[in-house]
Amino acid sequence: MLRIFNKIRKIGVITETVDDERDAAFEEVGEQLRARVGEMFNGSLAIREVDAGSCNGCELEVNALNNAFYDVERFGVHFVASPRHADMLLVTGPVSKHMEAALRRTYDATPDPKLVLAMGDCGADGGEFGCSYASCGGVSNIIPVDGVIRGCPPTPLALMKAILAMIEKRAVEA
Amino acid sequence: MSAYAWLPEFLERLKADNVLLEDESVGVAAGITMLLLEAEDWGRAAAQAQKYGLRWTGGWADEIGEEIIVNACLVHHSDLLLLRARLPLGSPVLPSHTPYYPGADRMERHTQDMYGVVFSDHPDPRRWARHHAWGENEYPLRRDFPIAGTRHYPMRTDDNYRFLQTQGAGVYEIPVGPVHAGIIEPGHFRFQAVGEQVLNLEQRLGYVHKGIEKIAMGRDAQGVARLAARVSGDSTVAHTWAACMAMEQAAGIEVPERANWLRAIMCERERIANHLGDIGAICNDVAFAFANYQFSRLRESWQRVSQQVFGHRFMMDCVVPGGVAHDEGVGYLEQLRVGLEPLRHEMHELMPILDDNSSLEDRLATTGFLSAEIAARFGSTGYVGKASGQDIDARRDRRYSPYDRLDVRVPVFTDGDVEARMHVRSEEILVSLDLLEQLLRDIPEGPIRTEWRAPQEGAEGIGVVDGWRGEILTYVRFDAAGRVRRFFPRDPSWFTWPALEQLIHGNIVPDFPVCNKSVNGSYSGHDL
Repeated sequence: MLRIFNKIRKIGVITETVDDERDAAFEEVGEQLRARVGEMFNGSLAIREVDAGSCNGCELEVNALNNAFYDVERFGVHFVASPRHADMLLVTGPVSKHMEAALRRTYDATPDPKLVLAMGDCGADGGEFGCSYASCGGVSNIIPVDGVIRGCPPTPLALMKAILAMIEKRAVEA
Repeated sequence: MSAYAWLPEFLERLKADNVLLEDESVGVAAGITMLLLEAEDWGRAAAQAQKYGLRWTGGWADEIGEEIIVNACLVHHSDLLLLRARLPLGSPVLPSHTPYYPGADRMERHTQDMYGVVFSDHPDPRRWARHHAWGENEYPLRRDFPIAGTRHYPMRTDDNYRFLQTQGAGVYEIPVGPVHAGIIEPGHFRFQAVGEQVLNLEQRLGYVHKGIEKIAMGRDAQGVARLAARVSGDSTVAHTWAACMAMEQAAGIEVPERANWLRAIMCERERIANHLGDIGAICNDVAFAFANYQFSRLRESWQRVSQQVFGHRFMMDCVVPGGVAHDEGVGYLEQLRVGLEPLRHEMHELMPILDDNSSLEDRLATTGFLSAEIAARFGSTGYVGKASGQDIDARRDRRYSPYDRLDVRVPVFTDGDVEARMHVRSEEILVSLDLLEQLLRDIPEGPIRTEWRAPQEGAEGIGVVDGWRGEILTYVRFDAAGRVRRFFPRDPSWFTWPALEQLIHGNIVPDFPVCNKSVNGSYSGHDL
């Protein structure tokens, strides 16, 4: 047990180091996000991630948002297990034909008003996989999409910025 | 044992079992020994191969002219052997390998759905790759099937798949997925349970089938490499390497030494990144959050260096046909080298904490036990095989460049439980760090790419690469225009997904997530 505490003490809080450019940028975006989430979502933005056919690259980067470097929960953003608890769907693609019905159902199960962010080049337009007998292409071919973040895959910082931009857009519209 | 020294004896056994083998039946395809068999001998050849101790490592079909070509790849003493049968397009029927090699089950059903090949004595001829995106009598990989498909209306769910039924007092079913509760890939699991005990688990995959084999047809080598990089995003380096190895073999292209060393450097980095993430995630599934935070921290730092040096956090598209995309230069390599010792130090600090934690041991030891016998029957490689006594590693066994110059230590355990699968990962991280040390020290100078030359019509290639999940086997064949006509990347997950169905028996439902994570099969790599 002592070793655990010792290790934790030695590592310290890596989340708040801002000596690195990336961390500083992330911190800044995060603070803006926290302010917006505070105003619009009562302090807590719940995201349901849906893999609708991805290669798993995007999923790894979404997971990275939860590591101690990014720790996205401190800005009020957290990932939930059920679409019924979600304000936002984060959908990776391309939408495979075999996931089409499941994606529609997940969308229907998410309460209004809801936001949909399509992630990755594949989520944007089908990417390397395009449209075929097995792929419906981009997410917007199946459900309404509010924002798109390109990249293969987008970095955690780019993803954070996209979440912020989408909320900002919704704020302007409202 | 020298290369193929066992083959004459094996051929004698086949002949003794009345498998028709003429002189011209034994040939070479894709650079390996190939036996051309009569369809009726297909099953008996597998029976003899299984008795003789060959491992079944992949099966796929191809369409050439008015024939369907069925291939099965086996391996013995690290020598590959290709079995091939030519069937008429109108009635492609042949016996199944599944009765002798249960690991062949899903790949044969995949071939059945994609090419319309009938495996006459297959014990379970239900559809596998096919949900509702195409019809029962349509075969997407055949030439006459349009790439855009035939069904353009909204798809319904895969609702009439016939699952195994269980009856009895107190037996209940738990359907899970395709959309899972975590940030992971989609698939369906059907549990039958009594109380907390799992009686049976049946997987239903294919949800992320995105037509990779079909859209590869007609692409040039560079296009297929980009596709290979996205077969399974977490194994992007290993899959691209295997695809390029196959294409380079078909084209007779010699890759510069330095390029192979850079490929190996990236592949070892990929192994370390994924193993780090997995160790943390396994611990997280039994609520040991400390380990998750520590190992995801190490993973993130590791990926940031990959970004700085290779321009991509996963090193995607860095391996290209003929070599690698860009040279890293001396300064960058130094940057990679200085990261090795700190990680080794962290591993030596963290693993004893995990090993001495009694609550962690309570949850991981004996959980999800996979016997060596079952692992061998399915042909499981990677950490799943290595944790259950399967001493298989293509880097050491196949000695492809640059591993012919390196001494690859392969950690093998016999406990077969979640803890052993975690320990294979931690040991492999240390091995990879040693390998990286040597690779970065001894990397030769020189060019990093040979110009790509398209091969002649019909040229075939097979690439075998040991990725972090296990052995990847990739087959390619080129057409007259120098474009790829057939691309089949066989992810190691084909042989570990069915192992998960076995190792969960007798475990409690709440231990499924940690068992699943310890296997960490690729959905995308398997569904294609």
